[in-house]
Amino acid sequence: MLNMGGKVNILEHELVPRHEIVPPEEAHKILKELGVEPWQLPWISLNDPVVRAIGARPGDIVRIYRKSPTAGTFIAYRYVVPEVTKKS
Amino acid sequence: MTSVITNRVAKIKFGILSPDEIRKMSVTAIVTANVFDTDGAPIDGGVMDTRMGSIEPGEVCPLCGNKRDSCVGHFGHLELAKPVIHVAFAKHILAYLKATCSNCGRVKVPEDEREDLLKLLKDLEELKLNYLKKRLHEYIRRRASTTTTCPHCGQPTLEYKLEKPHTFFIKTETGFRKVTPSEVRKHLEKIPDDDVRLLGGDPQDARPEWMVLTVLPIPPRQVRPSVILETGMRSEDDLTHKLVDVVRTNIRVREHVESGAPEQIIEDEWELLQYHVTTYFDNEVSGIPPARHRAGKYLKGVAQRLKGKEGRFRGNLRGKRVDYSARTVISPDPNLSINEVGVPEEVAKKLTVPERVTPWNIEFLRRLVLNGPDKWPGANHIIRPDGRKINLKYVDRKAAAESLEPGFIVERHLLDGDIVLFNRQPSLHRISVMAHIVRVLPYKTFRLNLLVCPPYNADFDGDEMNLHVPQSEEARAEVRVLMLVEKHILTPRYGGPIIGGLQDYISGAYLLTSKSTLLTKEGVARLLAPTGYRGPLPEPAILKPREYWTGKQLISLFLPRDFNYRKTSTIGKASVLRCIDEDCPHDSIIIIKNGVLLEGVIDKSSIGREEPENIVHWLIKEYGENVAREFMDRVYKMFIATCEMYGLTMSYDHLAIREEVKKAIYDIIEEKKSEVNELIKLYREGRLIPRPGKTLEETLEDEIINAMSKKLLDEVADVLTQHLSLTNPVVVMARTGARGNPVNLAQMSGLLAQQTVRGKRLSRGYEGRMLPHFKPMDLSAGARGFVARGFVDGLDPLEFFFHTAAGREGLIDTAVRTSQSGYMQRRLINALQDLVVNYDGSVRATSGEIVQLLYGEDGVDPTKSDHGKSVNVDRIIEKYLKG
Repeated sequence: MLNMGGKVNILEHELVPRHEIVPPEEAHKILKELGVEPWQLPWISLNDPVVRAIGARPGDIVRIYRKSPTAGTFIAYRYVVPEVTKKS
Repeated sequence: MTSVITNRVAKIKFGILSPDEIRKMSVTAIVTANVFDTDGAPIDGGVMDTRMGSIEPGEVCPLCGNKRDSCVGHFGHLELAKPVIHVAFAKHILAYLKATCSNCGRVKVPEDEREDLLKLLKDLEELKLNYLKKRLHEYIRRRASTTTTCPHCGQPTLEYKLEKPHTFFIKTETGFRKVTPSEVRKHLEKIPDDDVRLLGGDPQDARPEWMVLTVLPIPPRQVRPSVILETGMRSEDDLTHKLVDVVRTNIRVREHVESGAPEQIIEDEWELLQYHVTTYFDNEVSGIPPARHRAGKYLKGVAQRLKGKEGRFRGNLRGKRVDYSARTVISPDPNLSINEVGVPEEVAKKLTVPERVTPWNIEFLRRLVLNGPDKWPGANHIIRPDGRKINLKYVDRKAAAESLEPGFIVERHLLDGDIVLFNRQPSLHRISVMAHIVRVLPYKTFRLNLLVCPPYNADFDGDEMNLHVPQSEEARAEVRVLMLVEKHILTPRYGGPIIGGLQDYISGAYLLTSKSTLLTKEGVARLLAPTGYRGPLPEPAILKPREYWTGKQLISLFLPRDFNYRKTSTIGKASVLRCIDEDCPHDSIIIIKNGVLLEGVIDKSSIGREEPENIVHWLIKEYGENVAREFMDRVYKMFIATCEMYGLTMSYDHLAIREEVKKAIYDIIEEKKSEVNELIKLYREGRLIPRPGKTLEETLEDEIINAMSKKLLDEVADVLTQHLSLTNPVVVMARTGARGNPVNLAQMSGLLAQQTVRGKRLSRGYEGRMLPHFKPMDLSAGARGFVARGFVDGLDPLEFFFHTAAGREGLIDTAVRTSQSGYMQRRLINALQDLVVNYDGSVRATSGEIVQLLYGEDGVDPTKSDHGKSVNVDRIIEKYLKG
């Protein structure tokens, strides 16, 4: 049987892509390059399991290395926000 | 000329008009319910007061001094004798009433908490976290509404209730007491600005008490124009009628108040005023009877003007009716190029193209002007450099032609070679609107090439299509470069061609290129004639005893000389005719080397529509759209000519099968039937083993359907194919992919097999049986919708009934699917229409939100890709190594 009841480290799961918190200086550079304010990036909820696992705080920018059928590895950025509901 | 406005709209904010604002923008107060005096002139101070804008021809606005065309109209106002609830805001008013104290007007949240919330709100605003702001307002509202004692003044608060659409009540010990709009307004006035902010309001532009009207703005006359009937009678707009009602009731209320009438009478009149104001805004609110005309038809309120499909937004702003367009029935014309559209002369005389006179076209345009509006090719108008438009119908055309000079503009008739947009609804695609080159033809229908039917999803059972003529040089250039049919042969869905051969084109291609086709010189000439081929004939493939050419040679004439191609044909997909090797005895591998069709038959896989990597696809990729289009225009005509020469047809005899084959099929059916009986026996004895996740009954049904439909038909199709050869036109059509498939064949010549509804055998009807002809609980094939005959033999009455039951399901499915997918499409497009791929490859929404950092994660335009892949390595290798 699998690790029933015990703690599972979701970061090690095959289907969870690598997430990392982007250091503030680098984040500034990235935002400048894209010409956007943080809120214009796609958002990720503070309650997202991976966000909780890597300990990101609201206002952080998370970099995700995703496997993509068209592009091999694709880098995506997410802006951590307290709670994602509908954008207005 | 009007000057260009260069300011950009940065922001739009919606608010509620305050009574002061209404008075400020008003040009007159309305004081009387009388509209016209005895002479029919508008009365000052009535709802048609001339100061509210000039609408009569020649009338000059007393305020702005403009005539009818340029006067924008001016608002008036009506001082209401008693305040009235604005229906559209009733819900919001209730929310304010519930969340605030009726005594001191504060939000029912303790002071310290209030401070924190205000600060939090400010922070959220700065961070543009609007979604959180909304949630905070909701939270505050919910919290305040459930508090029963005011934390500020300590008073117990009143409990409000709204009775739709506009009556408020408060709870008392004995029940509910009605609250007048005046009382409501008084409560709302008490709410401090900061508390309004806490509840999500805007004290600057939308104070809550403004939702209770004390002054009613009277819209300009332009908004409610009157119509003069032939009888000379004046007919007023619905809104004017309604306003008169409001004004009349208002005066009555005021009179009652001033004369000190009994409370009850005032209240009744007040109620009536409220009713009139409510129906003026929205005559479809639930809970009150809609106001009517004398004739009994419903009046249109302000809301009705805006709402719905024919309302101002969807009907007049997002969609408009346009000039320079035509609509008529379509019909096919295989002799047109796919880029062309046949336009009836009658239409060509009405649609015009503005052409500027230059020294080079002046003679030509003079001739058109001389012909005038009724003789094609002619012209309808001349526009002189000073902007004057001359209608050629009513002037001396000879003089007009003489007067032409460079700089004039002639609105000439639509001519051959003009470019127009052609469209068929529903416009779900970008390819639902494409540009075509005009060919003016006799008769009254639009003509189009059969190959462009698929993108428009058009057929000729009475379909109509629209045509639009671009009016500027820029528009024409853009349309020619971007929207011409040949630019849309490749679909942006996956990069394959979506325009291509169908039905007879495919049968014809097969018949032409099959090995057995040998053509005499006469045959060759007949086939080449419609293509417009000019050039030498190739060396005949057979010289003695007569000269014969093969169909493959004819195809090769139209291929570029360095074109290489290799693909398995559709007939090669059947197991009997499959080949791997180049020397294929069935001719099912198409090989083109250096522009010569060496072997293989051309069928659906090489020229069909939505066939990726077909000949047209590679022609476009390697030689451009123009070459591919020309190939389609010419060669495809040859395919049709082949069909005509061959006499492709289908009849009963082609489907009738020999007795011994019938016997074989009968044996298969019997075998299956006994299989089913065996299953039923197993089930009855309780020895059937249920499949995982299924009950015993479900397992049985599944097994039976499996045996009686798919498996059975496949087996029958196998038997049939052995007895039907490629000399049979029905088989040709099925095998080449022109129309039909082996299962259809089996259903015609063999049997229809098991009929199903919702994936189950037919079972509903009587208790335990479908029809009274069977015993209850008869699970055998015949009693549950098995049809043992095909269309050739004919069905018996019971079988016919089974077939209709299953057929009905199909009809319902299509009806449901179209409506559902239509709505889905609308929602999807509304959500996606503003997304843009920027120059850096990122996909962004209007306010700059990034949706994707790189379009499709690889930045590839799917139109130019091969089935989503950016590079087709195989093709490149093939091209440079083997070629």
